[in-house]
Amino acid sequence: MDQRSSNLLDEALGLDCQTDRWALAGRVVAIEDSVETSGSFILHQLVKRALAPNSSTVVLFIAFAQPFSHYDRILRKLGCNLAAQRVNNRFFFFDKLTLQCPDVDERNSPVSGLVALYGEIQETIYGLPEVSRKNVTIIIDDLSIVEVAANGSSDYVLDFLHYCHTLTSEFDCTLITLNHEDIYSSTEKPAFLLQTEYLADILIKAEPLATGLATDVHGQLTVLNKGFNHGQMNSRNKIRNFHFRVKENMVEYFYPGSRN
Amino acid sequence: MAATKTRGSSFSRAVSAATPSLAPGLKCGPNGTVFLSSGIPDLDKILGGGFTLGSLVMVMEDSEAPHHMLLLRNFMSQGLIHNQPLLYASPSKDPKGFLGTLPSPASSKDDKPRDRDTDQEKGLRIAWQYKKYFGENNPNFTGHRDDKHEYCNDFDLRKPLERQFLIRQHVDCVSLQDSMNLSVLLDHCGTFLSQFPRNDNNSSITTAGRIAIQSFCAPDCGYSNMEWHMLSFIRSLKSVMRSSNAVAVLTFPPSLLSPSFCKRWQHMADTLLSVKAIPDEDRELAQLLTGYQDMVGLLNVHKIARINTQVNLEYPFPWSFFCGCSTGNAAFMLFCSLSSISFILSCWSKLSAGSYDP
Repeated sequence: MDQRSSNLLDEALGLDCQTDRWALAGRVVAIEDSVETSGSFILHQLVKRALAPNSSTVVLFIAFAQPFSHYDRILRKLGCNLAAQRVNNRFFFFDKLTLQCPDVDERNSPVSGLVALYGEIQETIYGLPEVSRKNVTIIIDDLSIVEVAANGSSDYVLDFLHYCHTLTSEFDCTLITLNHEDIYSSTEKPAFLLQTEYLADILIKAEPLATGLATDVHGQLTVLNKGFNHGQMNSRNKIRNFHFRVKENMVEYFYPGSRN
Repeated sequence: MAATKTRGSSFSRAVSAATPSLAPGLKCGPNGTVFLSSGIPDLDKILGGGFTLGSLVMVMEDSEAPHHMLLLRNFMSQGLIHNQPLLYASPSKDPKGFLGTLPSPASSKDDKPRDRDTDQEKGLRIAWQYKKYFGENNPNFTGHRDDKHEYCNDFDLRKPLERQFLIRQHVDCVSLQDSMNLSVLLDHCGTFLSQFPRNDNNSSITTAGRIAIQSFCAPDCGYSNMEWHMLSFIRSLKSVMRSSNAVAVLTFPPSLLSPSFCKRWQHMADTLLSVKAIPDEDRELAQLLTGYQDMVGLLNVHKIARINTQVNLEYPFPWSFFCGCSTGNAAFMLFCSLSSISFILSCWSKLSAGSYDP
């Protein structure tokens, strides 16, 4: 990128190289975080990158956690005007804060709410002009709340994810999801988490520092890139680890100990 | 939403925030948020101003000690002092009885200042390294306590709240004991919250509401074994809160939830606190802390609401504080009533490594 400098996260995801195609096209990215270390800043960064002026990526943001105003304010400080992008049909916001699938006892199964949601997503993509259809990024914030909306039926949520996954192969969409690792790590069989990890091409984990708490380093990121088939870097399963510090208008990424 | 200006570039001028006119008891926060007071001055300071309107505060109880009740009492009293409508739900059969235990603001400071100063001085002596965090992050914090409409009062737990406050503002009391159906409670909350709708402009806020839900998953409640329903309720409450000018404080005993669900609840919270009892007559602690005999418990701040921002306040979490009472009168303590709550900073790093780390 000539105009702006790329950071360690961009490099890890392959977003630093100037190509006409969005580097994450057709890939599934799973972000995991915990109570101590929130990973939402990664979503914000990816939205910003996707809506960069020189790309034609369209973002479909499926929000279960926060209303539009929250993301709008944050992205504005990061230099991205979501309201304008919304008008320009580059940013579609699906407000699902109140989506609740009907109970199992009723005639409709919990899946009907999610089926309708998938229908909306598909409809939106079909409604895009031909040129944009190949450049769609779907972001889901966040999966643990989708489970709540489905009354705990993780299987239905997984089915929904698999359907969204078909869009990555059919349309070269990018699928980005956020979930909370510490919810599942305390269960005997963290099947849901393992399934999403298996589905993902890129796994980004936000964790607290192993050494404890600090004010100027907020946590560490581990990026696992399965099958990094980009350009000259042909190494499979590339793992990167670095630290980060979240600020209002940017996030600093740096290797441990190299912060000045 | 009002018509948005469309611009070609991704940059837009920073929204010039005309200071909204706020009713007493409310304070402007960063990023277009508004605070109301928790009822505990030091807690407001730690949280960067208070509880954010539209947020859900969750308090993890200690099953062996009722300290969460102190937080609730101060929160509820503060609301009534500021004429903010209150909805209170508890597992007891007659929640109204709890209102009689709400504290009144300390009337005169004559009996306290000297002791308080000494405590403060002693407290600051130990915790000197934390002073810098407060200085930087709380430019709004002033010491204007003579103002009639104080943002946050010092409460005297010995004195019950005057009846006029309870009569002036009808407190909506709900018993959770026999309720099997959470949707009824949700509707009730929804109706209550409809009194404080939030518009995007936030030009003026005339009134804000408070919801206090005590021991939400207590076994007395009919729905307590319906884990997904409870979680669904919390999620729905949170989404209604987002479009209301109100704060909800929900306490729960984490030991009654499975670890996985406990984590889910923690993630749901915007602001997450926990309280823990400290043992009486612990010699090590007594040596470590001055004023140990005044302390009743440990308060941990696990996370603070991040609404409209991706940034945490600049301290590492969790923060631990000792809560206790500052009394001018040593003899009074023997009667085990608490005169007021004040938070005393301590060498948390030393203690959090030990057995007091919850």
